[in-house]
Amino acid sequence: MSTLIIKGLHVGVETESGTKEILKGVDLTVNSGETHAIMGPNGSGKSTLAYAIAGHPKYTITGGSVTLDGADVLEMSVDERAKAGLFLAMQYPVEVPGVSVANFLRTAATAIRGEAPKVRTWIGEVKEAMSGLHMDPAFAERSVNEGFSGGEKKRHEILQLELLKPKIAILDETDSGLDVDALRIVSEGVNRVKSQSDLGVLLITHYTRILRYIKPDFVHVFANGKIVEEGGPDLAEKLEEKGYAEYVTA
Amino acid sequence: MSALTTNYLVPTGREEAWRFTPLKKIAGFHDGTASFIPKISLSLKDQAQGGYTIAAVPASEVIPQSTTDDVVVQRIRDAVKEVTVLTINKDAEIKEAITLLRKAGSGAEVSRTVIRAGAHSHATVIVENSGNAKIAEEIEISLEPGATLTFVSLQEWDNETVHLARHHAIVGKDATFKSVVISIGGSVVRLLPTVEYAGTGASAELSGLYFATDGQHLEHRIHVDHNVTHAKSRVNYKGALAGDSARTVWIGDVFIRAAAEGTDTYELNRNLLLTDGARADSVPNLEIETGEIVGAGHASTTGRFDDEQLFYLMSRGIPADEARRLVIRGFFAEIVSLIKDETIEERLMARIDGELTKVGA
Ligand SMILES: Nc1ncnc2c1ncn2[C@@H]1O[C@H](COP(=O)(O)OP(=O)(O)OP(=O)(O)O)[C@@H](O)[C@H]1O
Ligand SMILES: [Mg+2]
Repeated sequence: MSTLIIKGLHVGVETESGTKEILKGVDLTVNSGETHAIMGPNGSGKSTLAYAIAGHPKYTITGGSVTLDGADVLEMSVDERAKAGLFLAMQYPVEVPGVSVANFLRTAATAIRGEAPKVRTWIGEVKEAMSGLHMDPAFAERSVNEGFSGGEKKRHEILQLELLKPKIAILDETDSGLDVDALRIVSEGVNRVKSQSDLGVLLITHYTRILRYIKPDFVHVFANGKIVEEGGPDLAEKLEEKGYAEYVTA
Repeated sequence: MSALTTNYLVPTGREEAWRFTPLKKIAGFHDGTASFIPKISLSLKDQAQGGYTIAAVPASEVIPQSTTDDVVVQRIRDAVKEVTVLTINKDAEIKEAITLLRKAGSGAEVSRTVIRAGAHSHATVIVENSGNAKIAEEIEISLEPGATLTFVSLQEWDNETVHLARHHAIVGKDATFKSVVISIGGSVVRLLPTVEYAGTGASAELSGLYFATDGQHLEHRIHVDHNVTHAKSRVNYKGALAGDSARTVWIGDVFIRAAAEGTDTYELNRNLLLTDGARADSVPNLEIETGEIVGAGHASTTGRFDDEQLFYLMSRGIPADEARRLVIRGFFAEIVSLIKDETIEERLMARIDGELTKVGA
């Protein structure tokens, strides 16, 4: 059982005219086994929250705290956060030319598990996870994300989720750019990990269709750098119908 | 027109073609102060297999097929006595790469090599340069119609070496020429990978990688002359530099002549600065005399290490130093893997790794 606690988180980015505040006091607790959906307008700071938790160097923490099972996440380097059990499926996964998917996955698994996985079981593990996500085995030999289509990049993120088995996963718009079938396949991948490992999920999305597959326990409305409302799955339906107007003007 | 035997134009360093080159360090090849040693320093690494022949032929019997205004090449042509001629038979399908080893001496060596790929042949030729040398060489490569030739030139020199070279390809109708140039060693390497076409539908893919550390000047001057219709060219050169006095030059001249309708060309040069102080010059140059083309483009970037890539790898638990190594290795591996020979790839990556460790990258 793990708990990610975000308290009063303030985050800014450096701009030419000084630090621009983007997150203005975020409070959120995610426990193992729970699924939290975050919905909110473009530019409200959802990805900023995800990146700040993962430790992207572009963001400056100006206040608040993030802890995982009591350990101070903000004090950790990016790789330490991953080793502690945090995972971020990115909205825009990065291309790394010349580094094969196979090499990347194995290096990551070795780092996270603390020892190199046994070659034979590892190959089977990767194959199975890839076939579960309907990924052509040829992807293993390609460079990380290079030339992948939008949807292929998202599958590759979930492939990593399955292999690295984190405690808490943040999925930043994993559903964007997926066709109907891919959405189902990717959602099933997330649900597989949930059922095997009691994963806690923070799912950032603009659409309720992914929530039909990955059922949220809580829905949070994110606007202007903080959470402005919380509710159950029915809140998502309401948002889809009415939009964010009432939160943005408020 | 071949060499101007009497009146060489000695470069002063102000000429466009020589303005980047450290003339003082090129061993007198340009002004004739070197006493040239005509020599055949390339030999087959393994026993010859079927499908090709190699011979030393008197220079008078091997007339150069291309013209050049490069004074060093003119001097080479005048000085050599014998030419190494590698002939790949018509229709030959040669699976194993034909590897030529360079055993250069310490004198100012000049050499000429001719590679002829017969019609519809398939082959790979690898030239492996290593050791300490002062050498100026010309390799003329001609592809008969329908031939496919991969030409690999590896500059794994020791650090004292001076290597001046012109590698000129004449690509015939529907033939495919691929070249992979890897320059890691040497004090000065000045290499001219040049291409002209002899028939429509021809294609040339020029890939290269150079890695300069302190005290090295690595210069690659590409020249592609689109002189026929419907020919294609792709140029992709990558460079990395580490150390204050590391220096690289990349020139990418592509000419599309008025007659070259249907040309499809793209050239790319990316330079990675691993430390401050190193200097990479990158000059793409596209001249177009006809609008009736499929495409023409170029891109050139010179920059530091990509922090987004580092973040991505670290966010998967990979420690910073290992992530950095992966990204840098990946930068090199993209070109090295084109050689498609595991032994060579591992040897090159091991040398690159060693040099990276030395500079602390
Ligand atoms: N370097 C920067 N300079 C100025 N503003 C920035 C900078 N980086 C990010 N921002 C701003 O921060 C805000 C939050 O961006 P973020 O990517 O977190 O939004 P989001 O909620 O994820 O939006 P979307 O739904 O479109 O993905 C945006 O208004 C963005 O323009
Ligand atoms: Mg976003």
